[in-house]
Amino acid sequence: MLERALGAVRGTGHRVVNGVWRFGFACRFFLAVLLHSGISFRRFHLTIKEIYFSGVLSLIIILVSGLFVGMVLGLQGYETLQKYGSESALGTLVALSLVRELGPVLAALLFASRAGSAITAEIGLMKATEQISAMEMMAVDPIARVVAPRFWGGVISMPLLAAMFSAVGVFGGYLVGVVMIGVDEGQFWSQMQSAVDFRLDIMNGVIKSCVFGVAVTAIALFEGYDAPPTAEGVSHATTRTVVTSSLAVLALDFLLTAFMFRGI
Amino acid sequence: MTSENLVEIRDLNFTYDVRPVLQGINMDIPRGKVVAIMGLSGCGKTTLLRLIGGQLKPSQGAVKFAGQPVHEMDADQLYAARRRMGMLFQFGALFTDMSVFDNVAFQMREHTDLPETLIRDLVLLKLEAVGLRGAHDLMPNSLSGGMARRVALARAIALDPMLMMYDEPFAGLDTISLGVIGNLIRHLNDALGATSIVVTHDVQESMKIVDYIYFMSGGQVIAQGSPDEIRALDSGFVHQFVHGEIDGPMPFHYPGASYAADLALEAAHA
Repeated sequence: MLERALGAVRGTGHRVVNGVWRFGFACRFFLAVLLHSGISFRRFHLTIKEIYFSGVLSLIIILVSGLFVGMVLGLQGYETLQKYGSESALGTLVALSLVRELGPVLAALLFASRAGSAITAEIGLMKATEQISAMEMMAVDPIARVVAPRFWGGVISMPLLAAMFSAVGVFGGYLVGVVMIGVDEGQFWSQMQSAVDFRLDIMNGVIKSCVFGVAVTAIALFEGYDAPPTAEGVSHATTRTVVTSSLAVLALDFLLTAFMFRGI
Repeated sequence: MTSENLVEIRDLNFTYDVRPVLQGINMDIPRGKVVAIMGLSGCGKTTLLRLIGGQLKPSQGAVKFAGQPVHEMDADQLYAARRRMGMLFQFGALFTDMSVFDNVAFQMREHTDLPETLIRDLVLLKLEAVGLRGAHDLMPNSLSGGMARRVALARAIALDPMLMMYDEPFAGLDTISLGVIGNLIRHLNDALGATSIVVTHDVQESMKIVDYIYFMSGGQVIAQGSPDEIRALDSGFVHQFVHGEIDGPMPFHYPGASYAADLALEAAHA
């Protein structure tokens, strides 16, 4: 009985120490990525390639999801607004929902699933097949050559994807609200134009998506770099990327929303 | 005598967590020679290569490369030293998102300002040396194991290193590829005026090409000598290893409780 209790205490202590050690390693890793980012801009074609893999190849899922989310917003929004005779405010509802919240958050969640998991798997497999070691032995810093371009590729892609998600979402809302249901087109656009503030709504949405881009890409890269070099290790790291970065996006969204829109 | 050694290892100890991997290793790797480090899997051979390359730091003792202790080098010095080393990894470790040509050109593009036309000529020259010039536009996933190893060899010699390290270069190869890789190791070493360390457990193939052999077991050097001296040893672990005998000083069975105890036969008889 005593032995079991001691074992539990030891196990808990081990997990806490491991967690603290891992957090420290993650902070040092993130700092190293920032310090070795020069090559990502001096040889910008490396970053462009990663923007293609993280951003361009994520476009399909982002655009299709954005369209459907916008269409659902159009339907649900109309159902609710018409009860109060305010269906002319449908454009405002769709645009504000997307630009402030759904665009950055959903695009970040999709980005974590599509690009984040791919980044983790790629880096993890490079480690497992000794490509990272080979690079080190060739006197090439893998943080500068492999990790930093992927980091900046993700950070640059994320706000662009979120903007496209919102734009297509607004179009989806327009399709359902104006084309299908028959809300007045002039009111739809004019109310949207007068209600959406560039600094308060659009810029805050862009800031959010930039923060999410940093968080998701950094988590994906760290999980890949820290993955045990086995099939199981890479598989667990990929799962952790999606889970951790999704939770991080949702938590950061709450904090950012509290600061931006409530002035806490 | 000392200046003739490109790599010197003195009283080297390395511990992984609490498990000792290397204990009191002393080795000299003379310039221009091909030296083999042999031993069973898990005896610390690859760890030794990583210590020479500065990817690990010793717990005690030192590895000197060209007279400089590797573990005392700062990052810039270490990278400068690595530019004079080449390493062939066990399964090639080719960059899978790059073609054969780009793999071989990788170091040239990273470390030199050579124009692309000259890089092209140099890459084709290196690939010609390993017999794969015609495969320069293939991707690594379309190469056989032996071809991948040869491309990795061309990549490792891209900048004409003074020290070549081979980690199990013969593992998993057919007999023809074995001979090809073995000959390449010897000929490239002599042609480049390099020094080579071959970590392997392939006795017969490596005996043909190396000048000197260190035998390791349990993290220690237990025998050393020229191939003829090693062949002449007629007892102990080295004899068992060289002649591939199933039982001997290195038992066939992993240590454990008695077979009868594991099958609970003693309890049944009691």
